[in-house]
This record gives sequence, C-alpha cells and structure tokens, in this order.
Amino acid sequence: MSSYRKIFLDGFWLHNTGLVVLFGLCPLLAVTSTVVTGFALGIATTVALVFSSLAVSLLRGIPGAEIRIPIFVLIIASVVTVIQLLMQAWLFDLYQVLGIFIPLIVTNCAILGRAEAFASRNSPLPSVVDGLATGLGFCLVLVLLGAVRELLGHGTLFSQAGLIFGTQGDHLQLRFLPDHYGFLLALLPPGAFMCLGLLIAGRKWLASRSAQGQ
Amino acid sequence: MEANQDLPKPGPTWRNALTLGLAAMMGAGLLAGVNQLTRQRIENQERRAALVQLGQLLPPGRYDNALQEDSYSFRDTAWFPSGQTITVYRARMGAEPAAAIFRLAATDGYNGDINLLIGINLDGSLTGVRVLSHKETPGLGDPIETSRSNWILQFSGRSLSNPGKDGWAVKIDGGEFDQFTGATITPRAVVKAVRMTLEYFAANKDLVFAQPADSLEVAKPR
Repeated sequence: MSSYRKIFLDGFWLHNTGLVVLFGLCPLLAVTSTVVTGFALGIATTVALVFSSLAVSLLRGIPGAEIRIPIFVLIIASVVTVIQLLMQAWLFDLYQVLGIFIPLIVTNCAILGRAEAFASRNSPLPSVVDGLATGLGFCLVLVLLGAVRELLGHGTLFSQAGLIFGTQGDHLQLRFLPDHYGFLLALLPPGAFMCLGLLIAGRKWLASRSAQGQ
Repeated sequence: MEANQDLPKPGPTWRNALTLGLAAMMGAGLLAGVNQLTRQRIENQERRAALVQLGQLLPPGRYDNALQEDSYSFRDTAWFPSGQTITVYRARMGAEPAAAIFRLAATDGYNGDINLLIGINLDGSLTGVRVLSHKETPGLGDPIETSRSNWILQFSGRSLSNPGKDGWAVKIDGGEFDQFTGATITPRAVVKAVRMTLEYFAANKDLVFAQPADSLEVAKPR
C-alpha cells in the first residue's frame, strides 16, 4: 500500500499542480476571489481528473500512439461537459458564478498531463488515486488563495456559501473585519499573482525545512 | 518522464481512424444521454433564475400573466445606437398593461457590457433597476451590485420628470446621481442606459404593449 501513499503525496504535495508544476494558472487566478468559488472549481476539477484518469487508464493500450492525445482530449472534453451539464441542472446558481471556467477545465494542462504521464501507463486504481491527489492538491491551493484574497479584499470568509450548500449555507459566512473597506489589490489580478507567489514561497520554505530535518 | 515501453506501437491508419471514430461516437453518445437527462431540469432552472430576477423588480401581486412568455426582443439603432438586442417582458393585470421590464446592456461602462434589468410602470416611473452581470473593476465599479451597496436602489420611483432632464446624470456631470469614489464611468453608463430606456418607453409605450410575443427569440442571459 505504500506505493499508493507515494502516488498520493506526489500528486498532492511534491508535484502540486498549483504551487510546483504551475498548471492551470488561468482558473487559479481568475476564480479565487472567494473561498467558495475557489473550492467549487477545485472540486469540479478534481472530479474531472478522477474520471478522465479512470477512462484513460481503462482504455490504455487501445488507441495507437499517433491518436493517443486526440483520444485523451476527447475523453476529457466529454467528462467536463458532463460535469457542466450536471452542475447546470443541480447547482445552477453556482454555475452562473463560475461560468466559463467550468468548460475551460478542459484546457487545464494538469488533466491532459496526468492522462499522458500517468493514467495511460498505469492500471485504473493507481490512476484514480493519482487523479484524486492531483485534484485535491489543486483544490487546496484554490481554497488557500481564495481565503487569503477574500480575507484581505472583503474581510470575510465563506461568503456566498449558499451557492454550494443551499440557503442554510449562507450562515457560514464569517466576518472578521466589520468595517473593512477592502484591500482592493488582493482582488485584482496583480494581487492574485502576489498571493500565489507568497504561497509558492511558503511551500518551498516548508519543503526545505522538512528536507533539513531528515 | 517514464519510459515509453508500455505505450502501444503505431498502428495502421485504418485502425487509428476506426478507433478515433468509435471514441468520438462514444463521447457523443454519452453527451447526448446526459443532455437528454438534464435538459428539462436546466430549462426549469433558467426559467426560475430569470423569474427570481424579474420578481425583484415587480412583486407577483402586480401582474397576473406569464411574464416570461409575454416577451419579445428587438433592435432599434435610432434609440439604442449600440445595435444590441433588447428583451422586453410585459406585465399585465387582467389584460391591462401594468409595467414593462427591459433587459438590456449599458454599453459604455469601463469594461464591457453592464447587463441591466430595468422595470418601468405604465405611468413612466421606475419600479427599479438591477444589474444582472458586469465586468467592472471589483472594489471600484461593483457598488452597482445590490450585494455591495444600495446605489442601484435609488432609481426606484424615479421617472423622466423626477429628476428633470438635467438631473439624469451623475453629480460630476451636474446631475443628481452619486458617482462612487474612484469610479465615474460605471455609474455614468448605468444612469445613461436607464435614461435612454425611460425615453424610449415614453415615446413607444403603446408599441411596447402591442408587440406580439416571441418568447422563442429571447436571448439567454449569457
């Protein structure tokens, strides 16, 4: 079982999509103005990763080398479109907020990257674990970035939680700075880059500390 | 990169074509199935969302017709030079015209269209104005949203005579409406769009309520 542990740590931490590999920067910076939107896109991306990894792994060996990539893209696009339709049907308001970034999950290189580098060479279970780990790692960064930006920009956390959990979710909102007028920079794209830079630095610091400890 | 030995060798062209074709058909089949399963629900959701928005401008007691079916779309470059498609929902009470809700965009905002819902009573007074979607700068232009400030609520009850002709502008232009700190262009665009709509309604009131409904051509709010 330790190999599954390794697969998970690789995808979640060692080769974290958002902080190390830096795949999917566009949604990472665009939807993280609040925790809730970041979390929602993170989960949608994770589901897309798990199911496309599973499908790619099941079909590995069938397509010839020349058409491998087009087939992967086809699989990923199908999975993402299914997610999009299901979200529209059951989480309509959330879908309205995330809008174009749901269909754009197709273009997140992390998904094609995992399909090509891992799922096409491994059996289904490890591929699912890999997809899950990569997705959760991405989701973690989206949530952290969303938390930092929402706290600085609006002085709240978990605002609009009702989009995910229904109307009772609206009570989840925490207001930390009552008369906070908002640190605008955190909400604008440059602020997003700066926050991401700080997160990358923080991860490096943690990683180097644990390396020294060993 | 892992070694390449696990990967299948290049296949003959006909085999590739067949595989690709089959994969495409399977993908299409899956999507057709899911689409079939979700279509009705998505339609209902869109209808509900639109009704919630319309309901903010017009309480249900004010009309007894099906607002969304009693709608039509038009373009009129003489009144709205941007050439945009505008949707009008008619509210009637016992077949008598009661109010009209315009869905249109303020086209000269800071960044792209500001999609608005503008409700006008038969007497030419505003039932209210709401922003459906916009791409104005967060923190500067977004006080037009009700979740950020009450700015947009000040339109309720206003009409072309309240304030008069000169008053329909932001304060910096000599009008009655506040601009926001750091953002003049956004409120200016909204005020202008509301004024244009009021003027259009005043001049074309009879036409607005006489137009046959063509709800099929209603533009989706995306």
